[in-house]
Amino acid sequence: MTGLIDTRTPNPKNFFSGEDHDWELVIGLEVHAQVTSNAKLFSGASTEFGSEQNANVSLVDAAMPGMLPVINEECVRQAVKTGLGLNAKINNRSVFDRKNYFYPDLPQGYQISQLYHPIVGEGVITIQVGPDKQGQFESVEIGVERLHLEQDAGKSMHDQHPTMSFVDLNRSGVALMEIVSKPDIRSIDEAKAYVTKLRSILRYLGTCDGNMDQGSMRADVNVSVREPGGEFGTRCEIKNVNSIRFMGQAIEYEARRQIDILEEGGTVDQETRLFDPVKGETRSMRSKEEAHDYRYFPDPDLLPLEFDDAYVDGIRAELPELPDAKRNRFIGEGLSEYDASILVSDKSIADFYEKVADGRDAKVSANWVINDLLGALNKAGKSLEESPVSADQLGSIIDLIKDGTINGKIAKDVFEIVLEKGGDPAEIVEKEGMAQVTDTGAIEAAVDEIIAANPEKVQQAIEKPNMIGWFVGQVMKATGGKANPQAVNELLRKKING
Amino acid sequence: MTDLTKLTIAQLRDGFQAKDFTSVEATQAYVDAIEAHNAAFNAYVKTTPELALEQAAKSDEKIAASNGGKLEGVPIGVKDLYSTEGVHTQACSHILDGFQPRYESTVTKNMFDDGMVMLGKLNMDEFAMGSSNETSYYGAVTNPWKREGERTSNGPALVPGGSSGGSAAAVAAHLCAGATASDTGGSIRQPAAFTGTVGIKPTYGRCSRFGMVAFASSLDQAGPISRDVRDAAIMLKSMASSDPRDTTCADLPVPDYEAAIGKSVKGMKIGIPSEYRLDGMPAEIEKLWEQGKTMLQDAGAEIVDISLPHTKYALPAYYIVAPAEASSNLARYDGVKYGLRVDGKNIEEMYENTRAAGFGEEVKRRILIGTYVLSAGFYDAYYTRAQKVRTLIKQDFEQCFDAGVDCILTPATPSAAFAIGDKEMAADPVKMYLNDVFTVTVNMAGLPGISVPAGLSDEGLPLGLQLIGRPFEEETLFQAGSVIEQAAGHFTPEKWW
Repeated sequence: MTGLIDTRTPNPKNFFSGEDHDWELVIGLEVHAQVTSNAKLFSGASTEFGSEQNANVSLVDAAMPGMLPVINEECVRQAVKTGLGLNAKINNRSVFDRKNYFYPDLPQGYQISQLYHPIVGEGVITIQVGPDKQGQFESVEIGVERLHLEQDAGKSMHDQHPTMSFVDLNRSGVALMEIVSKPDIRSIDEAKAYVTKLRSILRYLGTCDGNMDQGSMRADVNVSVREPGGEFGTRCEIKNVNSIRFMGQAIEYEARRQIDILEEGGTVDQETRLFDPVKGETRSMRSKEEAHDYRYFPDPDLLPLEFDDAYVDGIRAELPELPDAKRNRFIGEGLSEYDASILVSDKSIADFYEKVADGRDAKVSANWVINDLLGALNKAGKSLEESPVSADQLGSIIDLIKDGTINGKIAKDVFEIVLEKGGDPAEIVEKEGMAQVTDTGAIEAAVDEIIAANPEKVQQAIEKPNMIGWFVGQVMKATGGKANPQAVNELLRKKING
Repeated sequence: MTDLTKLTIAQLRDGFQAKDFTSVEATQAYVDAIEAHNAAFNAYVKTTPELALEQAAKSDEKIAASNGGKLEGVPIGVKDLYSTEGVHTQACSHILDGFQPRYESTVTKNMFDDGMVMLGKLNMDEFAMGSSNETSYYGAVTNPWKREGERTSNGPALVPGGSSGGSAAAVAAHLCAGATASDTGGSIRQPAAFTGTVGIKPTYGRCSRFGMVAFASSLDQAGPISRDVRDAAIMLKSMASSDPRDTTCADLPVPDYEAAIGKSVKGMKIGIPSEYRLDGMPAEIEKLWEQGKTMLQDAGAEIVDISLPHTKYALPAYYIVAPAEASSNLARYDGVKYGLRVDGKNIEEMYENTRAAGFGEEVKRRILIGTYVLSAGFYDAYYTRAQKVRTLIKQDFEQCFDAGVDCILTPATPSAAFAIGDKEMAADPVKMYLNDVFTVTVNMAGLPGISVPAGLSDEGLPLGLQLIGRPFEEETLFQAGSVIEQAAGHFTPEKWW
């Protein structure tokens, strides 16, 4: 690896306070993202999640004598696509290397990876950190060092038998993309924003499902501390962090630990550490001295991976609109930066919103999606995929407001009903008699009654036109909220002011 | 009735066609011969007579129906390195104890598809590491050839060469009509030279490696050992193919190699590399080489002196590249999944116990060398430099071929077969490694090379000449090889068993 370059200007808002001076965090992330593909990287075995143990194992995955790896072209496509999505240099020639070590869930005794010549080179991810109290986001560019393809290992299970360990090879040989950032990250929020953004890009591209709870995405976190703007410190690598929340906790703990060591006059040892989510702390896994010698060398069973520019261009032409572009488009269509950022953060939310906003007002649609739907789902602890309200249902509620069938207040009630019980909003309005009273005769009767009953208020309203609001409220109450507020207003003005 | 085990593959094929005899008869003759004489040679580590006779009966039906394949009904021995479905496959290592694959190697599948009758699995150096077949877990193989005056069962036993010692001995002793073999640094050509048989290592990528137990992936290549050049051509035609399951396998059509035999070599340019004239090379080897030149010259070929300047670096570089790949390829034999397991207190101890017990000395030596040369801090000094040497060796050959040389003539080995348990070789592994000095260059450059018996040593032992050709021009080797064979005649060991 080339020497580390500091691309950032120290920002006091990111500093950790110390005894004598502040400390600045330097973070680099190695994200392992499982490639979305039907088959493994070098075998035809299935990659389906949740299959019976050792159901998805080919002779190649089990490292039977004489078995040879054959590259799965779909995984190559996905890696190139991801590289393009990260604005990265695509290497038309890359080479697979063997990383040698012994472990029962590594049947070959080596992992096929790409050390010397990765398929994707340098790129950049623009992250949005925030929002702050003003609802503003800070855009920060984080460098990507490289992306390479490699095999996943199987799974060792140590809790199945009193004296033996069991091995499940279903994951053995599944394609991973290791995406290595430059040490450009300076805070926990940035680290979280980076993983969130990367996951979002991968999901947009359809190259990784990003499901951290299923192990489809996990991160090795490199953390060091230094005096702000000073020389890079000694880093520790926290292995296999499998949630964004844990990552934040792990960095926090690790930064504090290193600061404590340094402030007591000690030195940080370069080592690999594990995060214990139960105790909320990291602990040493192996020191630099205990580090494996992986004896990397080019895998002689595989030819260098080569493709031409036309191949890359073909993939480029199929790229979907990515979060940054979508965000800018939404802003151009009238949304605030805040709304646009929330909507694009997850492709499924953006897709949902676009379906709602199709032929409808952008701002109104965004408000309903963000404030009402996402708010309600959040409260219920549900994901958008589990939403009881579909984009069509939400859209038709908005339509009912637009065409004057219901007013905004009743719309919230309709939404609650759809959320609880489902159903077609138009039918609900009809069945429950929630439609606005637009019949002026009925409204007029209510208006007359209230005017007649409150002569002194009428007098006040003539003197102070704002008082009309009190009458509107009374009429709405009398009509069960169904009166068309515009019609009520007009009638009241006419009657009170003559 | 003729002894059917004396016939070549071509003669068997013609005899089957002419209904002179059946495959069952020929197979039975081999089954009987193996039963009677395998103990004298230890060539087979596993025989499959019932399977063979069953296959022979099927072949006879096909031959009767005139839809037999290229090897229909021909009794063949298979090196223990090839995965054969449901049949013992251990690369003659203890660590693969009891292993019977559920799959078939591409090479043997091709041959079965062409009608091969498999007699059994042949002895070899453990994981193909060795030049004398003495590293086999199943014990050494005895060469059917003995020195003149020593040709009794008590006469000193000689090695058949290695690693395909079982293949070479079985072919020479008429315990199979032909045998599959494999060559990483000379493992086909050296045993062929030691036993008076023909062996060809085709171009890297000509045969699929799928299902061959790997030694050094960038060097390993399948090939046949046979009684004569024509049989080698017939066998290679069947063994070679493209294969989507081996990405290093060439996607090229397989020519009719047999058609090259008998073609004139008039005007063919034969290169004689000066670097292959080693200090202290026995005079009989020098003489043999001279005779080879004359044979080809007499047939109309043009002899030209050439230089392959990086030859001397080939053997040291080979002993970096091959062990490096082997150290990684053999990591899978860990006691976890199949084969031998020697338990221990924990996983590390189980690994250590299993691998300590499962691998022989030579295999351990090469794993250690390979692990060392790939280690951090040594990688560039050894592996990277060895790869550079490899490129230079390849360029040496390319320059000669570009200058119009059609093939290159060299001795196959620096000596004739030596005694089993040779003290000098046992004491100094490098002496053993020097057996491959003329053959490793060919593997390093990925070129085809054939060994053809060309004469006898002063002690009455067979000696071979090697022809090296351009990539994927095996036909030239069959063409020139058969000229040497025509001139030198055939070599059959005097029976002492």
